[in-house]
Amino acid sequence: MLRQLARRLALGAGVVFVVVTLTFILISLAPGDPARLWVAPGAGEAELEAARRALGLDRPIALRYLAWLGNLARGDWGVSLVQHRPVLRVIADALPYTVLLSATSLLITYLAGVLLGVIQAIKRRTALDTGLTVATLIVYGMPAYWLAIMLVLVFAYSAARFDWPGWLQFPALGVAALDADFLTPWGRLADRLRHLALPLATLGAIGAAGMARFVRGAVLDARGNAFVRTARAKGLHPVVVEVRHVLRNALLPVITLLGLSLPALFSGTVFVEVIFAWPGMGRVMVDAVGARDYPVVMATTAIFAMLVVLGNLLADLLYAVVDPRLRRDTA
Amino acid sequence: MKALRTLLADGRAATGLAILGVFCALALLAPILAPADPAAQRDILATRFLAPLAVGSDGVMHWLGTDAFGRDVYSRLIYGARISLAVGFLSVAVSIGLGTAIGVTSALAGGVTERALMAITDAALAMPRIVLLLALVTLWEPSLVLVVLVLGFTGWMTVARLARAEVKGLLTRPFVEAARSSGLGRMRLLWRHLIPNASTPLIVAAALGVGNAIMLEAGLSFLGLGVPAPAPSWGNMIAGGRDALVNAPWVATFPGLAVALAVVSCNLIGDGTRDVLDPTTLHRPTRWRRGRRGRRGRSAAEGGGPWLSGE
Repeated sequence: MLRQLARRLALGAGVVFVVVTLTFILISLAPGDPARLWVAPGAGEAELEAARRALGLDRPIALRYLAWLGNLARGDWGVSLVQHRPVLRVIADALPYTVLLSATSLLITYLAGVLLGVIQAIKRRTALDTGLTVATLIVYGMPAYWLAIMLVLVFAYSAARFDWPGWLQFPALGVAALDADFLTPWGRLADRLRHLALPLATLGAIGAAGMARFVRGAVLDARGNAFVRTARAKGLHPVVVEVRHVLRNALLPVITLLGLSLPALFSGTVFVEVIFAWPGMGRVMVDAVGARDYPVVMATTAIFAMLVVLGNLLADLLYAVVDPRLRRDTA
Repeated sequence: MKALRTLLADGRAATGLAILGVFCALALLAPILAPADPAAQRDILATRFLAPLAVGSDGVMHWLGTDAFGRDVYSRLIYGARISLAVGFLSVAVSIGLGTAIGVTSALAGGVTERALMAITDAALAMPRIVLLLALVTLWEPSLVLVVLVLGFTGWMTVARLARAEVKGLLTRPFVEAARSSGLGRMRLLWRHLIPNASTPLIVAAALGVGNAIMLEAGLSFLGLGVPAPAPSWGNMIAGGRDALVNAPWVATFPGLAVALAVVSCNLIGDGTRDVLDPTTLHRPTRWRRGRRGRRGRSAAEGGGPWLSGE
C-alpha cells in the first residue's frame, strides 16, 4: 500500500513537472512583452532593453527556465511583474478564496446531487422524476459564466430594482461589503455568506445537476443486480434493501467522480471568479496570462496541477477504502 | 441507415437531433434567414438596445432586440451558430481521430508502447485544461483554426482511454480470435472488426464532446480569447451583453440560451445513442422491469414518457 502510494506520488510529481515545463515554454513563446509594464508610457527602445535586462528577460528560454527551477527549489517563487510583490504573497492572498469557493461548491454538488439523484431513482417515472430530469439536463448544459450572469441579473439587479425583500437580494461583486470593517462579527459573517451566495449557487447548481444525473443512473443500475432481488426475496425490509444493498453499491462510482470533477470545478471557478470579481486563483491566473506575468502564471498553473493530481490520488485512495476488492490489488 | 432509424425511434436522440438539425439549418442558411447584416451598424442612437420584437426605424423587426451597437441580436445569433457548430464538430473530429489512433495503437501494440502511451494520456488528463487553453490561445493570434486545434488537442485523452479499453476487450472475444486464426491481416482486422465494434462508445463520446467544445469555445470567446471580435460568436455576444445587463438583459440572455440548448441536444443525442446502439449494456433488464411494472398496473406511459429518463 505504502509503496503504491509512493509510486503514485512520484508519478504525480512527474505530471506536475511536465505541466509546469510546458506552460513555461508556452508563456515564454507567447507574444507580448512584460518589460513594457516596467517603463513609462512612450519610453524608447533603450529603456525597454534596460528593463528587459533587469528582469532577466533577455536571456534564452532554457536559462530562464533553469533559473526559475533553481529558485523554486530554494523556495523562491519570484516576484510578480505586474503587482510588484512576491508571488507567494499573491498566491497566499488568493488561494483561501478559491479553496473556500471550491470546497463549499463541492459539498453542495455532492449533498444536493446525491439527494436529488436518489429521490429521482426512488420516484422513477413520476412527474417529479421527469421534472427533475429535464431540469438537471438543462442546468447541466448551461455555461457557468452565463448562469452566473443570469443569477446576477435576477438576484442583484432585478431584486434591487423591484425592491425584493432583503433576504432575496444578493451582492453581485466581491467578497465583502465596503463597510464590512464596521460590522459586528456576526454581521461580518452574514455579509461574507451573502457575497458567497451567488458564486456558490452557480457552481453548486451545475455540479449538483451533473451529479444527480449520474447518481440516478447508478442507483437504477445497482437495483438491477441479482443480489438486490435476492435480498428482497429473503424478506428484508425495503429500506434496508435500498440503503445497504442498492445505495452502498450505487455510490461507489460517485467517489471516482471526485477526482474527475476537480479539473472541471477549477475551470468553472476561473469563469465564476472573473464574473463575480472574486479575488481567487482563477482570476489571478487570467489576469496574469493577459499581462504575461509569467512568475504568477507559473505558480498558479503549478498549484492547479498539484491540486488536480492530489484530487485524483485521493479519489483512488478513497475508492480502495470503500471497496474491499480493490484493497487487495493496491496492497 | 438501420442504425439511424433505431436511433430516431429513441425520443431523446430524436429530440436532440431535431434541435441540432434546426441549429445547423439556421447556420447554413444564415445569409438567407438573417433579417439584417450581423456586423452592420447604423444610426447608433436610434438603433441600440431595442427590446425584442421592436421594429427598427428601417422597418425591420428585431425578434431578439439589438445590442449596444444597434446590431440585430437574432442575425448575430444565427451567424454565431456557424462558428459554434463549426468549432464543435471540427474540434471533436480532431480529438476523436487523435484519441482513437492513440488508444487503438496502444491496445494493439501492448508492452512498453502501451504503457508509454497510456502514461502520456494520464499525464495529459491531469493537466488543468483551462490553463492549457489560456496559455495556447495567448500564444497565437486568436482565430477559428487555432480554437479548433486547441480544443481538439486538449480533448483526445478520454477518447484514447475509451478506445483502448474497448479494443482490449474485443481482442479477447471469440470472433476476433476466429478472424485472426483465419489469417486476417492486422489492418484488415482493425478496420473490419475492431473499429466498427468499438465505435458505439466513441460515437457517444463524440456527441458529448461536441457539446463540451461548444461550451468551451463560448467560454474562450467570453474571455476575449476565442474567435476574434467582429465575427459574432455566442461567447463574445454574452460578454458584450454582460456590460449592458441592467438596461438590455436580452443581449446576454439569448446567446446563453443558444449555448445551453446546443449542449443539451448533444447530451440527449449522446444518452440516446448509448442506450440504443449498445445492446450489451444494462438497458435490457430495464425493459423487463418496465414490463413487470406494467402488469402490476403502472404503465410506463403514465410516468411522463420513458424518453426523458436518463437510463
